[in-house]
Amino acid sequence: MIPAIDKSQSLAEALRLRRFFLDAGAELVDAHILQPAGTLLDLYGEDIRARAYVTQDPERGEMMLRPDFTVPVVQQHMDAGAAPARYTYLGEVFRKQEEHPERPSEYLQVGFELFDDANPARADAEVFALFAEALADLGLRPATGDFGILIAAIDGLSLSAPRRAALMRHLWRPRRFRKLVERFAGKRTAPPRRAAVVEAYGAGGDPLADAGPFIGLRSRDEVLGRLDRLVADAAEPPLPAAELELLDHILDLKDMCPAALEQLRDITVDLPALQSAVQRFEQRLDAMSARGIAVDALPFEASFGRTTLEYYDGFVFGFAAPDMPGLPHLATGGRYDALTRVLGRGREMPAVGGMVRPETVLALRELRRNA
Amino acid sequence: MTVKLGVPSKGRLMEKTFDWFGARGIELRRTGSEREYSGAVRGVDGVQLVLLSASEIPRELAAGRIHLGVTGSDLVREKLPNWDMHVTELEPMGFGHADLILAVPRCWVDVDTVSDLDSAAAAFRAEHGFRLRIATKYHRLVREFLKHEGVADYQLVDSQGATEGTVKNLTAEAIADITSTGETLRANHLKILSDGVIHKSQATLFQASNVTWTGAEKKILNQLTDMVAAPVS
Repeated sequence: MIPAIDKSQSLAEALRLRRFFLDAGAELVDAHILQPAGTLLDLYGEDIRARAYVTQDPERGEMMLRPDFTVPVVQQHMDAGAAPARYTYLGEVFRKQEEHPERPSEYLQVGFELFDDANPARADAEVFALFAEALADLGLRPATGDFGILIAAIDGLSLSAPRRAALMRHLWRPRRFRKLVERFAGKRTAPPRRAAVVEAYGAGGDPLADAGPFIGLRSRDEVLGRLDRLVADAAEPPLPAAELELLDHILDLKDMCPAALEQLRDITVDLPALQSAVQRFEQRLDAMSARGIAVDALPFEASFGRTTLEYYDGFVFGFAAPDMPGLPHLATGGRYDALTRVLGRGREMPAVGGMVRPETVLALRELRRNA
Repeated sequence: MTVKLGVPSKGRLMEKTFDWFGARGIELRRTGSEREYSGAVRGVDGVQLVLLSASEIPRELAAGRIHLGVTGSDLVREKLPNWDMHVTELEPMGFGHADLILAVPRCWVDVDTVSDLDSAAAAFRAEHGFRLRIATKYHRLVREFLKHEGVADYQLVDSQGATEGTVKNLTAEAIADITSTGETLRANHLKILSDGVIHKSQATLFQASNVTWTGAEKKILNQLTDMVAAPVS
């Protein structure tokens, strides 16, 4: 059971954390509680309706109660010119908790975001070290991961560009990702009815003979275009078993950072496309060491955050209480370069950040007092 | 100190429910004028009949305002988040069969499975600049199914009726709706995805989980559940 936390107490804790981020050189930023739903839906897809409160404004259309700060903060920053900057924010976010009814649906977040294009490894280390220091008295277990390595691995597979794009698109949906990998590796056959259509079409038959009238927005050209792609796909050789093994090795990789780095270096011999991502990992560890982080005892998990942290595309991290497995992560964060590209409409600015949940910090202290 | 049994207040669902209980020695009937929503129970003491709209029965069960209720298994899953925390399925009743399915235009010869739909949705979004629209009134069931299947780049648009017509009217690209024979789908040039059955629904007797039972009520419940478990003939 997560203890209920008094709102004024959590605000005090939140202000303490914000003071800490301000002292680290951040400037204050804020975001409206009511956000236009369209931007968030286009980014996260329909799934977010299950997690965010959607409401209707007669003039503005669908609005959402702010489910996080990162998206509006990035949007403001990109609109304002995308210069290097450090920000901190404090405020409520709102989440429906259908899967975890015991968790609060309204809670505070205090965040720190760093926009910086000079040295990404150093920026990653700065943000991680800052959160580690802010929560240092709590004895939390850190977790780290790196989507950059997963993305580089997909890029390096002997697959056609459409197949690689399909894997990239579903990197954050492990079930669908797994199905695609198995199909590309020849371990899953195409569905028979569609396979027959593709085969007949490839052999010069008219696929539309029995299709009935064309209705709806999706045109004949789009249907035939996809059939062309399916014919090309059916002719593609399967992903070599050795590469599948490498990919699985990477996805399952879980070790302390130095040992993980060592394994990734070994894999790079067979998958050279990993090289620059592994180099970045190494530079990050160096930058972390320089900031006093004990990287020898820092866990690394290549798949960390694959189901929850959907806009991250590089370094990711989280802090959890090892003695209270029922609590959500007290802090999470990561790098989201691609998000700045999407929201920047032509501009981009590498960025990394994270947020703490002050109520969870207090809940942890309370639980430990009563333990 | 009565056990409240919620039953659909009109139509075939009500008649079939009455027949089903009748075959188990419990006579349900409406009383008063044809338009008055009141009813009576014979064959078991202490049960009160509550006539309700089938779509409100899940909510009344979850709130514990009725002890037992008959409604479609689809409605319970659609209306109640974590439905199995709020109600227990006592007896599937063998009527009111309907499948909630995903259907696309028959002319989409390249799309046969949910996986095809996902890949077509990605291409559609790139081509048209918005997410592929699926018309439905079963938002929760459809969203949970598509999430489980890992489908992206779609949006749900609300359709409370004539859903099969939305594709032709250009307000949706695909639909998710209830069908029993598939005839309306065929007439509207739609086809069901080969793995596109989201839920097979039927009328079901549910028990509310969030009710505190008195000893007397518990006895009535046990008697009633014994009777419904075994048809008379």
